[in-house]
Amino acid sequence: MATPIERPLYPVKESASQTAGPYVHIGLTPNFCGITGVYDTDLGATMVTDQTKGERITLEGRVFDGGGYLLTDALVEIWQADADGIYHQTAESDFSGWGRAPAHAETGIFRFETVKPGRVAFPDGRMQAPHINVWIAARGINLGLNTRIYFDDEAEANAADPVLGRIEHRDRVTTLIARRDGNSYIHDIHLQGPQETVFFDI
Amino acid sequence: MKSNRPPIANFFPRDRSWHPKAYTPDYKTSILRSPSRALVAFGNSVSETSGPAFGHEIIGPLDNDLILNFAQPGMSAIGERIMVQGRVLDERGQPVPGVLIEFWQANAGGRYRHKKDGYLAPLDPNFGGCGRTLSGDDGAYAFRTVRPGPYPWPNGPNEWRPAHIHFSVFGHGFAQRLITQMYFEGDPLISRCPIVRTINDDRAVGQLTARLDMEASAPMDALTYRFDIVLRGSRSTLFENRMEGN
Ligand SMILES: [Fe+3]
Repeated sequence: MATPIERPLYPVKESASQTAGPYVHIGLTPNFCGITGVYDTDLGATMVTDQTKGERITLEGRVFDGGGYLLTDALVEIWQADADGIYHQTAESDFSGWGRAPAHAETGIFRFETVKPGRVAFPDGRMQAPHINVWIAARGINLGLNTRIYFDDEAEANAADPVLGRIEHRDRVTTLIARRDGNSYIHDIHLQGPQETVFFDI
Repeated sequence: MKSNRPPIANFFPRDRSWHPKAYTPDYKTSILRSPSRALVAFGNSVSETSGPAFGHEIIGPLDNDLILNFAQPGMSAIGERIMVQGRVLDERGQPVPGVLIEFWQANAGGRYRHKKDGYLAPLDPNFGGCGRTLSGDDGAYAFRTVRPGPYPWPNGPNEWRPAHIHFSVFGHGFAQRLITQMYFEGDPLISRCPIVRTINDDRAVGQLTARLDMEASAPMDALTYRFDIVLRGSRSTLFENRMEGN
């Protein structure tokens, strides 16, 4: 009797990650490092236009390692819904939803000019609190790190958020919540140590 | 496509024993830059299954030609001229069309055009070191460059990176985001490199090692190296026709 041929669930393995290395800014934000004339602008440097609906905000922060040292070679990318809670998976839109920022060479600050996102549904129908999805690459990071940024003036939505609800050690939830200061939200990321940011396996 | 609908299906989970671990002490910089707490897992929502899209309008005519895209008129980068060709696939072996691939590298002498690169090899005034392209309908991509040189780095007393090109790849979902490196078949530095060795499985290293493809080479012009990139797969594309109009 013929036995069914064993077939792997995934025919091909995902390419293994390798660190972005010390010079990721050359590749992904060349104008920022003075390599001009190749691209008109650095991709992801501008997220909004005059037509973009929603509340304009500045999001800024820094990335620290386990020794408390500032990363000045990190690359931060964000992906978010618009003010109505819609993700724009199209190149033609008044709002890209995607931004890319290099850490500043001296201050380590990354900065995005964007809009505050609306709420989007979780697969079970519950609404997620407004949040920004974050991905971090740098020298010493072997596989890009996924985290999220929530907002400290959304306490009620945050309390009901299904993803924040997955965090077993409740004192760590605060590592994902940005602090409002005028029209800015400030949010530092700690790769390691007592204040280690929550990172996700998504 | 504008979408706030719930995701159809999750991406296949990442095989974190295939990828390098975060803490790999032989690669010293990872010691303080590796999270030590467990990652928090949850099923994908639309936040993870959606992702940015990039159109041809952002791609300039020389973006996929590192030999010319930083060179003065009439000049070209110095080094061994090569083409890199391959496909972007997912874990089901299906092509991933229309995604952005970016690459950066040292010049033929092993020097990056970066303030912090102090290696004594010279800069090439006609080489910038970055490029980008979009995958085609069949997932195929190609670019032209010079073969980068190996370079020393201060991880140990005498440590050298094998020749490599850095790759940044988008999929259709933000959870597919990937940065990796391409190595060159036959390079004796590959097996000696602490960054390569953050990967535990030789097959995973083999997958990052481009093969010389003589048939695809341009005679009297450039050799071709073949390098396929595999992104996370998902079940969603199997059903996407049925779900259209939801
Ligand atoms: Fe490198």
